Amino acid sequence: MAEFQVEMNEENRVYTKPRLLTDAVMHYCPGCSHGTIHKLVAEVIEEMGLEERSIGISPVGCSVLAYNYIDIDWAEAAHGRAAAVAAAIKRLNPSKLVFTYQGDGDLAAIGTGETIHACNRGDNITIIFVNNAIYGMTGGQMAPTTLLGMKTSTTPYGRDASLNGYPYKIANMITQLEGVSYVTRQSVHTPAAVRKAKKALRHAFEKSMDGKGLSFIEFVATCNSGWKLSPVAANQWMEEHMFPFYPLGDLKDI
Amino acid sequence: MEEVKLMKGNEVVAEAAVRSGCDGYFGYPITPQTEIIETLMEMRPWETTGMVVVQAESETASINMVYGGAASGKRVMTSSSSPGISLMAEGLSYLAGAELPCVVVNVSRGGPGLGTIQPSQSDYFQATKAAGHGDFHLIVLAPNSVQEMYDFVFDGFDLAFKYRNPVMILTDGLIGQMMEKVVLNRQRPRMTDEYIAEHYGDWALTGKKGRKYNIVTSLELDPQVQEERNHRLQAKYAAVKANEVRYETRLCDDADYVIVAYGCSSRICAKVIEMAREDGYKVGMLRPITLYPFPTEALKALKSHVKGFLAVELSTGQMVEDVRLSVGSDVLVEHYGRYGGMVHSPSEVYDALKEKIINKLK
Amino acid sequence: MKEELIIAGFGGQGVLSMGKILAYSGVMQDYEVSWMPSYGPEMRGGTANVTVMISDQPISSPISHDYDTAIILNQQSMDKFEERVKPGGVLIYDTNGIVRHPVRKDISIYTIDATAEAARRGNSRLFNTMILGGYLKVRPVVSLENVFKGLEKSLPERAHKSLPANQEAVRIGMELIREYVPE
Repeated sequence: MAEFQVEMNEENRVYTKPRLLTDAVMHYCPGCSHGTIHKLVAEVIEEMGLEERSIGISPVGCSVLAYNYIDIDWAEAAHGRAAAVAAAIKRLNPSKLVFTYQGDGDLAAIGTGETIHACNRGDNITIIFVNNAIYGMTGGQMAPTTLLGMKTSTTPYGRDASLNGYPYKIANMITQLEGVSYVTRQSVHTPAAVRKAKKALRHAFEKSMDGKGLSFIEFVATCNSGWKLSPVAANQWMEEHMFPFYPLGDLKDI
Repeated sequence: MEEVKLMKGNEVVAEAAVRSGCDGYFGYPITPQTEIIETLMEMRPWETTGMVVVQAESETASINMVYGGAASGKRVMTSSSSPGISLMAEGLSYLAGAELPCVVVNVSRGGPGLGTIQPSQSDYFQATKAAGHGDFHLIVLAPNSVQEMYDFVFDGFDLAFKYRNPVMILTDGLIGQMMEKVVLNRQRPRMTDEYIAEHYGDWALTGKKGRKYNIVTSLELDPQVQEERNHRLQAKYAAVKANEVRYETRLCDDADYVIVAYGCSSRICAKVIEMAREDGYKVGMLRPITLYPFPTEALKALKSHVKGFLAVELSTGQMVEDVRLSVGSDVLVEHYGRYGGMVHSPSEVYDALKEKIINKLK
Repeated sequence: MKEELIIAGFGGQGVLSMGKILAYSGVMQDYEVSWMPSYGPEMRGGTANVTVMISDQPISSPISHDYDTAIILNQQSMDKFEERVKPGGVLIYDTNGIVRHPVRKDISIYTIDATAEAARRGNSRLFNTMILGGYLKVRPVVSLENVFKGLEKSLPERAHKSLPANQEAVRIGMELIREYVPE
C-alpha cells in the first residue's frame, strides 16, 4: 500500500485548530456538539482580537470544564448562577467581553431566575445556551427542554406532560424582556449551520461589547450518549424532532 | 475627611463601603438590614468613586454576583439577614473553595425559619462552623458598636485579601438599627485595574494580558488533588488562628467570674459587670471580637483564677460550646440568653449570673 | 452625667425623630449617645418607642429595663412604662387620649398639652419638637444651642426650611410643660 504523504506547508493547509483552543484533550463524548461550539467561541474571540479582554463563565454540567479548553480567563460558577456571576463581572469590568456558557439544566431549570433577571436588567453579557434536551453529565435525566415522549433515565416511559410538565422555550420567553437585544437559535450539525452559527455568535459578542444589552444565543445540540444514538443518527433525530419544536433562526435583534 | 456623625449601624456599613474603596455591593432587601442598600442607593457612589451597587433578584444571585466580582479581583460585598444568609450558603462555600476575598454582613434576626425580625445571635454556629458545605471557614468579625460596624468593613476587606477568604461581619438587629456617634475617619480609594493586575494577577480574572490564563474554580475531579487543596486551606486557617485572634477583656485580672459575650450582648454585659462590681462581686468580661478564630488561648489563661464562666448570647446556647472547648470541663461554664428576637436586659443577665454562677460557687 | 430616656407612643407621632434630634444634640455637646428604636411592624402605625442614652462616659448597654425619664404619648405606653421609671425619675406625658393618669408618688410627673397646642397652631408636625422643648425645660441635659444644631443635623436638607418653626416649637414646649397635679 502506497504511503499517502502531504507536505506540511502553508500552501497545503486547509484547516487549523483555532489558536485559542488549548491542547487539552476534551472530555466530551465523540459526536457531542460542545466541541464544535467551543471551537466557534475560540475562533470568534481570536478574530475579534479580544483574547486579553475576555472572561468566560462555565456552568455546572458537561461544559463545566470549558475553562480547560479555551485559552482565556474563566470562572466556574455554582449551578445555575452563571448569569449573576457574569453580570457582576461585566458591571465591574465594562471593557471586557463577558459571556456564560451553559447547558439546559443549568440555564433553564436551576438557573432560570438568574437567567431571566440578567436578561431583564439588560446586562451587557452574552449567554451561550447549549440545549440538548437532556442532562448529560449526571447520565441522561430529563431536562426542562426534554421533548414530550422523549425517554430519559427519569422519564423511562417518555416525558408525559401530566407527570413532568411541558418542554419550554426559554429563548422565546426572554424575547419579551426589554433588556434583551439579540436572541437567536442556531445549530452546528452541518458545515453550513456552523458558518451561520459563527456569524450569529460574533454578532452577539459585538452587541455585548457595544453595550446594547444582553445577547442570547441558543444552540440546539445533540447528546448522542444521552439519547443513546450514534452521532449521525443523533443529528438526524435532532433535525426530525428538535428543530420542529425549537426552530432555528433569529428571534429578536434590535 | 474625618466626620463625626450620628448614624445607624446599617447606614454606617454603606458609608464604610464607599469610603473603604469597595468596588461593588450586591444585595437584596431583608429586615433588619435593608438600610444598607437603601443608604447606598441614596448615596449614588457610582457617580463619585465609581462603586457599583446592584439590587439583585435574590440573595442567591447576590452572593454569586459577589463571587463574580471577587473573581475579577475587586473589593466586593453583600449583606443580608439570617434567612438570606442561609440562601447564600452555597455561594459562600464556592467563594471559600475558589479562595476569593469578599465581605458579607449578616445583621441577624431570630429564627429558625422566617422567625422574627428582632435581634438575635442564633447564627453563631452557621457563621463559625458551617456557613456552607465542605471543610471551610469564614473569618468572622463581631462588632459591638456603630463605630466598629464602620471599622470592620475596612478590616474585613484587609483580612479577605490577605488570606483570599470570605470574611463575615456577624452582627444583629440591635447593632444594625441602633444609632451612635461614629467617627468616619479612615478612607481609601478604589484599587485601579493596573493595581489589581499587578498585585492579584496570579489569580484574578483581569483578562490574560501578558500572562497565562487564570481559572477561578472550586472544582477538582481528582480527590488526591482536592485533598491537597484542603491541606492548603487548613494551613491558611491555621495562619488565621495564629495571627488574627482579636478579643477585649474588661476587669478580668482579679475576676472570680467572667462573662463571655460578643456583639450586642457584650454591650449589655458591660452594664452587668458594673452592677456586679457595685455589689462587691469580682466579675469581668471577655469579648471575642473575632468569632473565628475564637480566642481560645485567652480564655484558657483565665482559668488560673476564674471560678466560673457565663456565656451570654441571644441564642439557646451556641458560643457556649466554644467556651467549654476552650476552658475544659473542670471549671463551671453556664449559658444564659433570651432568644427568638427577645433581648435580655442587664438586670436579667445579672440575675442569671448570680443564680447560675455566683450562688453555685459560694 | 447620664440620662437614660424612653420616648413611647404611636408610629407617626415622630417618636423616633424626636429621639434622633435629642441624640444628635448630645453628639453636638460632645457626649456619648445611643439611640435604640423598637422596629418592625411598629413602624407602620402601631406603637413605637425609642431608648436614648446620653452620657459623658462611654455607654455600655444601649438598652435598659428602667429609665431616668419616660416621655409617654399614648395610653398603651403609659400602661407599660410608668412602672419602669426609676424612683426619683421623671415622667412626662401628653394628656391627649390618656384615660388612666399616672399614680406613682416617687417620681416627678409633668404634663404637656402639645397635641392640642400644635393643632391650635395648625401644624401638627411641630408636636414632637414641642414635647422635646418641654422635656428640655425639666431635664436640661443639653444646651439649647446644641439642640438647635442637633435639629439641623437630624432634619434632611430638604426640610431645613422648617427649622425656624421647629426652633420656635421647642421654645413653646418649654412654656407649655406643667407639673402634674392629681385631681
